[in-house]
Amino acid sequence: MKFARNRLALLSLAFILLIGALAVLAPWVTRYSYEAQDIAQRLQPPSWEHWLGTDTLGRDLYSRIVYGARMSLAVGISTALFALVLGTATGAVAGYYGGWLDRVLMRLVDIFYIFPSLLLAILLMLLLGRGFLGILLAIGMTAWVTQARLVRAQVLQARELSYVEAARAIGVSSLAVIGRHILPNIWGPIVVSLTVQIPANIMAESFLSFIGLGLQPPFSSWGTLAAEGFRAMKSFPHLIIFPGGVLFVTMLAFNYLGDGLRDWLDPRHDTGVGF
Amino acid sequence: MAIFVLRRLLSAIPTLLLLATLTFFLLRLAPGGPFDGDRAWPPEIMANIQARYGLDQPLPAQFARWLGDVSRGDLRESFQYIGRPVSEIISESLPVSLMLGSWAMLFAVALGIPLGCLAAWKRNTWLDHSAMFLAIAGVSLPSYLVASVLILVFALWLGWVPPALWEEPGSAILPVLTLGSRPLAIIARLTRASMLEALSGDYIRTAYGKGLPDSRVIFKHALKNSVIPVITVIGPLAANLVTGSFLVEIVFQLPGMGKHFVQAVLNRDYPLVMGVTLVYGVILILSNLLVDLTYAWADPRIRLES
Repeated sequence: MKFARNRLALLSLAFILLIGALAVLAPWVTRYSYEAQDIAQRLQPPSWEHWLGTDTLGRDLYSRIVYGARMSLAVGISTALFALVLGTATGAVAGYYGGWLDRVLMRLVDIFYIFPSLLLAILLMLLLGRGFLGILLAIGMTAWVTQARLVRAQVLQARELSYVEAARAIGVSSLAVIGRHILPNIWGPIVVSLTVQIPANIMAESFLSFIGLGLQPPFSSWGTLAAEGFRAMKSFPHLIIFPGGVLFVTMLAFNYLGDGLRDWLDPRHDTGVGF
Repeated sequence: MAIFVLRRLLSAIPTLLLLATLTFFLLRLAPGGPFDGDRAWPPEIMANIQARYGLDQPLPAQFARWLGDVSRGDLRESFQYIGRPVSEIISESLPVSLMLGSWAMLFAVALGIPLGCLAAWKRNTWLDHSAMFLAIAGVSLPSYLVASVLILVFALWLGWVPPALWEEPGSAILPVLTLGSRPLAIIARLTRASMLEALSGDYIRTAYGKGLPDSRVIFKHALKNSVIPVITVIGPLAANLVTGSFLVEIVFQLPGMGKHFVQAVLNRDYPLVMGVTLVYGVILILSNLLVDLTYAWADPRIRLES
């Protein structure tokens, strides 16, 4: 199916762009700072003053969700890129050169693969501290192995094709064959994998935040907001419904976008979810 | 077959060793220690405590001693629960995690496969679309949100089941539903896809040609051939359930292994973290082995190799 005709995927793309725009323009699209406390206004339900209500310290929930989008998207995208670069480099080199290099690199990948990812992320978080860099590396180090396996499998296939043989025959260097010939030909699955990686990483960050190992206050991400909301859920359900709802719809959008891209880039693969 | 199993079990030893080494050094290189309290201890007392637990030795020596103890089946005592052996804590909490995991898997398979079949059978109808929306939602929702919605609706508003804790039989219902929702979604999607592929086979046309009714063709002929990919994901999903259960255990305050792991990491309870990690490793390796065995059983064309 043509991507432009897949309404659900287009709608999802639009939603993701909207969230992205809100995140980038956060100071201009919010009326309150994400950390401004107003105890007199604490735990207010949604109103004209505070569109999505306020939290236990009287902070505006809409502002915190918009600023939280910054953090969540930044973590999701940067970890996905980190995993993309590291995983593609490892996978491409292992797949192209083969032999002992392949065995050593894939052994390394296997080590990370057997490690339950949340366990590894928790241990890395402890080692690296609860800053942005800590989260980036903790999640990135668990995410790159999938990418490495995917790229290696693709490169192994491509290596045997005649265009690669032709390039080699006219004396193109190995790195140039990988970078200029093979990678541009396998970008489809790589792009699709990004639409899986980004939401998975946003979710991983929110898990870490939820168990208290994420970003330190007053910074917020959707995970920290949901964790705060969870504790006050009984009396003030809006505190979990709004951040949780935004997180859910964003995940949904990434999933539909990924399915749409897959149908478009790889028509044989029918997931059958596009309406 | 026996040789295959034996080989796989032997190759698990270096894997576990690697897992233990990585965990040990990551844990010990992290700042903070098990006896950092709010107030500082006098240096002599601190030195005594460190010596009592062997923490004054160089790290490699400590690791070697721990390995020695483990090879004799001694996982040592917890730092946090003074005097309690780690093996005792694990043997109390593992059954809770395993029970949660197996019920969740049962729920996911028992509901996921029929849901996927139904969606494939009624392809492109509202039934298909709503089943697949549910499936995508199941993958898109972090488990703590599934838990929040379930707790809000069924425990706090309707009052049908307890919202948390592990006290009565009903306590397991919400955690099992939460834990099972993701594998349920994945199984339903996969069943639908592989069912659609199976339905395009010649033998299906033959079955229809013989005049068999829809339901018989789908559930008898097509299902048999479309469950193989489903079986292969059940293994990794089951392994995920074991580790995934720790978020659910925290959310619902259940006395399982996952809750201990996070607590132990935060308190730097080294022996408990190491013990729980090892048990997770063993479970993961065993479930992967089980997958390969079921795979070979389900599809005789597949040969077992190491």
